Amino acid sequence: MRGNLAKAFVLTETQFFRRAALPKSYTDLLGRKLFLFLLTVQGLVAFALITLGVMLRKSGVAKNVIRPRIRQEIARAGVALLPMFLFVALALGFLVIGQTVSALAKFGATGYLGTTMVIVIVRELGPLLAAMLVLARVGTAHVIELGTARALGEVEALEALGIDPVHYLIVPRVIGMAVGVFALTVYLIIGALVSGYLFAFLQDVPLTPGDYFKQIAEALGWLDFALLALKTLAFGFFIAIVTCYHGLAQPLRLEDVSRVAVRAVTQGVIVCVLIDALFILLYLLT
Amino acid sequence: MSEQPDRTAIEMRGVSVGAMRDISFTVVEEVNWSVAAGEFWVIAGQEHSGKSDLLMLAAGLMPPASGSYKLFGLETQSFGEAELAERLRLGFVFEGGQLFKQLTIRENVALPLQYHRDLPSAAAAQEAQALLELMELTPLADLMPPNISENWLQRAALARALILKPEMLLLDNPLGRLGGRHLQWWLRFLDRLGRGHEWCGGKPMTLVASTDDLRPWPGAQRKFALLRDRKFFPLGSWTDVASAGDPILKELLAVPVDLAS
Repeated sequence: MRGNLAKAFVLTETQFFRRAALPKSYTDLLGRKLFLFLLTVQGLVAFALITLGVMLRKSGVAKNVIRPRIRQEIARAGVALLPMFLFVALALGFLVIGQTVSALAKFGATGYLGTTMVIVIVRELGPLLAAMLVLARVGTAHVIELGTARALGEVEALEALGIDPVHYLIVPRVIGMAVGVFALTVYLIIGALVSGYLFAFLQDVPLTPGDYFKQIAEALGWLDFALLALKTLAFGFFIAIVTCYHGLAQPLRLEDVSRVAVRAVTQGVIVCVLIDALFILLYLLT
Repeated sequence: MSEQPDRTAIEMRGVSVGAMRDISFTVVEEVNWSVAAGEFWVIAGQEHSGKSDLLMLAAGLMPPASGSYKLFGLETQSFGEAELAERLRLGFVFEGGQLFKQLTIRENVALPLQYHRDLPSAAAAQEAQALLELMELTPLADLMPPNISENWLQRAALARALILKPEMLLLDNPLGRLGGRHLQWWLRFLDRLGRGHEWCGGKPMTLVASTDDLRPWPGAQRKFALLRDRKFFPLGSWTDVASAGDPILKELLAVPVDLAS
């Protein structure tokens, strides 16, 4: 149990590098930053693998404790964010339609409205925006909660009771966030598509609802559904991994928690963008 | 392993204890110590003498920096999942309790039961009720840890450590933050555990407690050890402690010392 966590954290004994005297030349600084970056990547990958391993090996252990915890996390990273997502969906539909209608009208191409919506919202903005919002609302909470718990010795308390901290603290959060981002993206996309039509209608675009949704249906392929699911699950999984990792790995004192929270959010954004880039490649290849 | 009638609970040979927060930093060196089942040890030491680290090592929360450590006759580095059964023979009470802040007192106490036996929360809470009553915690059972006093937090932590009926209990400075009435309750309760409490089936429990104040602890049935200058000194019984002339020991006993000297 301790072994699990220790394995991931020993890899990232970065304090030495952070505390070392400032290097003289810029290249040294660059080297140090690069080295720190690689160590963090290594630690994150190890942590992700450990979490996956625990998730699979202990899927049947202590269901009565873990299942309610998972429900709790899904409620927190999903259900509780629905009102905010409704608002964002309305805004997103309005933004995209407002811009595209005026642009497409110049070429008399308002007929492509549905197709544009699919490309912009279903493939790119929807998932990424959902991931960012969940990162901001729930990911930060994860870092702070776990960081505080670690600084106050609750992780040791779990270990002393023979409860695997990864199983009890991390697994429910990872599952909750993966499911949360996936479900919220679906709601966000549906909301944005509907509100998009609403605003197009208000702007007198000559398009019946039937045509609009037919365009959308035609622009969507099976690959969109598959990649959307994969992408959003990956977003949720990795946001949870990054935030939980930083919550648990570094802060041994309460003062460290805020610093670590900032770092975790930054890295969360970077990870999401990298995953997104990976999926763009997949789209282009297929 | 547990079938063998091994009478030694803790056996340390040449163990160096690293700090919990930074294992490369040694706080106590060359510990040679054995605790037989049923003994009651009190480890005295000033602040930062490594009491907590020694106990955490004994609980398998971290590996020894060097030397050999056997717990219940089993060579131990630090506990993994394979040694879960051994780990559950041992309870640990942290200084300050370290209860889970998101859970009520009742949920805190019932959590180990619920996790290890996979009970639904209602069933686990029901089983925990007997222990809560025994420890007079029932009126506080539905409060969150930040809302109750340190005296009661410490007692709730004891309840959480006892819920799985361990054979050995390690307590990190259990009396350090307690008020008078609670102090008496703890001393009486620990003695009852040592003699064999009905909660744990009447079997005498092995106890190890650390302290930075020896005054509440005199008792012929207890064994004493001192941590000083990164060394571990087993002292023996209370009479040996009282006759030893160590200045730090005197301080721990709050004997008036001449500050000028």
